[in-house]
Amino acid sequence: MKTRYALRALMGIMRREMLRFVGQQGRFAAAIVRPLVWLGIFAVGFRSVLGLSIIPPYESYILYEVYIVPGLVGMMLLFHGMQNSLSMVYDREMGSMRVLLTAPLPRWWLLGARLLASTATVLPIVYLFLLLARFWEVRPPALGYGAVLPALILAGLMLGAFGLALSTLIRQLENFAGVMNFVIFPMFFASAALYPLWRLDEVSPTLAMIAWINPFSHAVELIRFALYLQFEPVAFGVCVLALAVFFSLAVWGYDPGRGFWARRGANNSA
Amino acid sequence: MSALAVDNVSHGFGAQQVLSRVNLSVEPGSFTVLLGPNGAGKTTLISLVTGLYNARHGDIRIFGHSIRRDPLPALASLGVVFQMPTLDLDMSVEQNMTYHGSLHGLSPRETRERAGVELGRLGVGDRRSDKVRALSGGLRRRVEIARALLHQPKFLIVDEATAGLDVAGRQLLLDHVRSLCRAGLSVLWATHMLDEIDASDQLVVLHQGKVRWTGQARAIASDRTLEAAFLDLTGGAS
Repeated sequence: MKTRYALRALMGIMRREMLRFVGQQGRFAAAIVRPLVWLGIFAVGFRSVLGLSIIPPYESYILYEVYIVPGLVGMMLLFHGMQNSLSMVYDREMGSMRVLLTAPLPRWWLLGARLLASTATVLPIVYLFLLLARFWEVRPPALGYGAVLPALILAGLMLGAFGLALSTLIRQLENFAGVMNFVIFPMFFASAALYPLWRLDEVSPTLAMIAWINPFSHAVELIRFALYLQFEPVAFGVCVLALAVFFSLAVWGYDPGRGFWARRGANNSA
Repeated sequence: MSALAVDNVSHGFGAQQVLSRVNLSVEPGSFTVLLGPNGAGKTTLISLVTGLYNARHGDIRIFGHSIRRDPLPALASLGVVFQMPTLDLDMSVEQNMTYHGSLHGLSPRETRERAGVELGRLGVGDRRSDKVRALSGGLRRRVEIARALLHQPKFLIVDEATAGLDVAGRQLLLDHVRSLCRAGLSVLWATHMLDEIDASDQLVVLHQGKVRWTGQARAIASDRTLEAAFLDLTGGAS
């Protein structure tokens, strides 16, 4: 594989993802409105219900809005990863996946390029949300906006790879609603996104344990710590490991000899 | 060396056997028609040839490169027009071309030049800025042919690309691909339309996953019509 050729393909895939994302104005709007609704309504409503003690990385008592913002950023990445999964299934059903997979490049590279492209498209929206969150008094240190970028990329890649792996299991577009109910919502609610794990542990140690092993919790914590200029090694390790596992599963799923392509009929897959 | 050599290929999904011991070859510069009724296994065979998934048994080589063991040079010499439309509808013709060019290692400048040539030859050069969604089915097919030729492949596979087109549209595509073939391009043309076959074409008749006949088209219909011979081979399927 020649490097220049591989990079051209990467740039081409990135350009296509950007064009498609910008072209889908409804999706674009939903991506920014969804976390703002959570921040502006849910978080404000819960401010009085949920008292928070001083927990790292915060150095003083914080408002609930401050706590929930990294969780909402995680939610944006999670939803975007699932949208990418949906668009993989859509491309498969619509046929354009064939164009990608018949390119003379290794499939792991093509899938990796697709994953990178998907993550790159969501980052501007995440930053827009972080800037808008300043109106709700969520004001991390200025350097935190830079420090959070690697965390956003790693978390975005990990959740995107999760979506990619999931797309190999979804047979048809119609099944995506099931994925929303059985995967995204449990993953989001059983995590550190909306409440700290110690609060969860007080109520249900089992749920706290589930939330702790949920990679989404670690994606959120990685972002939370990075935003306040701290590094969380456990969250980083879990995200790297989860990325490796999910991406390997995706590559396996799209392998011409082993994955679902070999099992599926030509007529119901594109 | 054959442009395509399919050697004893069998494939199925679950318990369903779709292809059984298929052998065929496409010689360089030849126009080979893969003829079969709907459900004969043509699209599955093309999926295997294009490396979308591997055959359970047998080997497929494109210009000597096994699609299983050495897929990248095999795919590099291949252009494909799939049965299913594969253009991004909400992107312009130009953007679709650029995307395809990048997947095949062309720079944006090379893509623009090549797209200009191929789209111009098919009479759609003036629609480059249009969204694909705004094009008719016939024009979309022309764009897909132009796109498949963008990276100057040596071997072109066309899977029922004329389905749903009017007579003039079908003829235009067929004439264009035949002219490319005369210039040295090897072509595998999958169809179920008998009127797309020329007497000098190489013909492979596929039915229920098996090759029923192979040879020059004029030989199958030496003493009867092509239609009668085809119906005889396929037990009346159409």
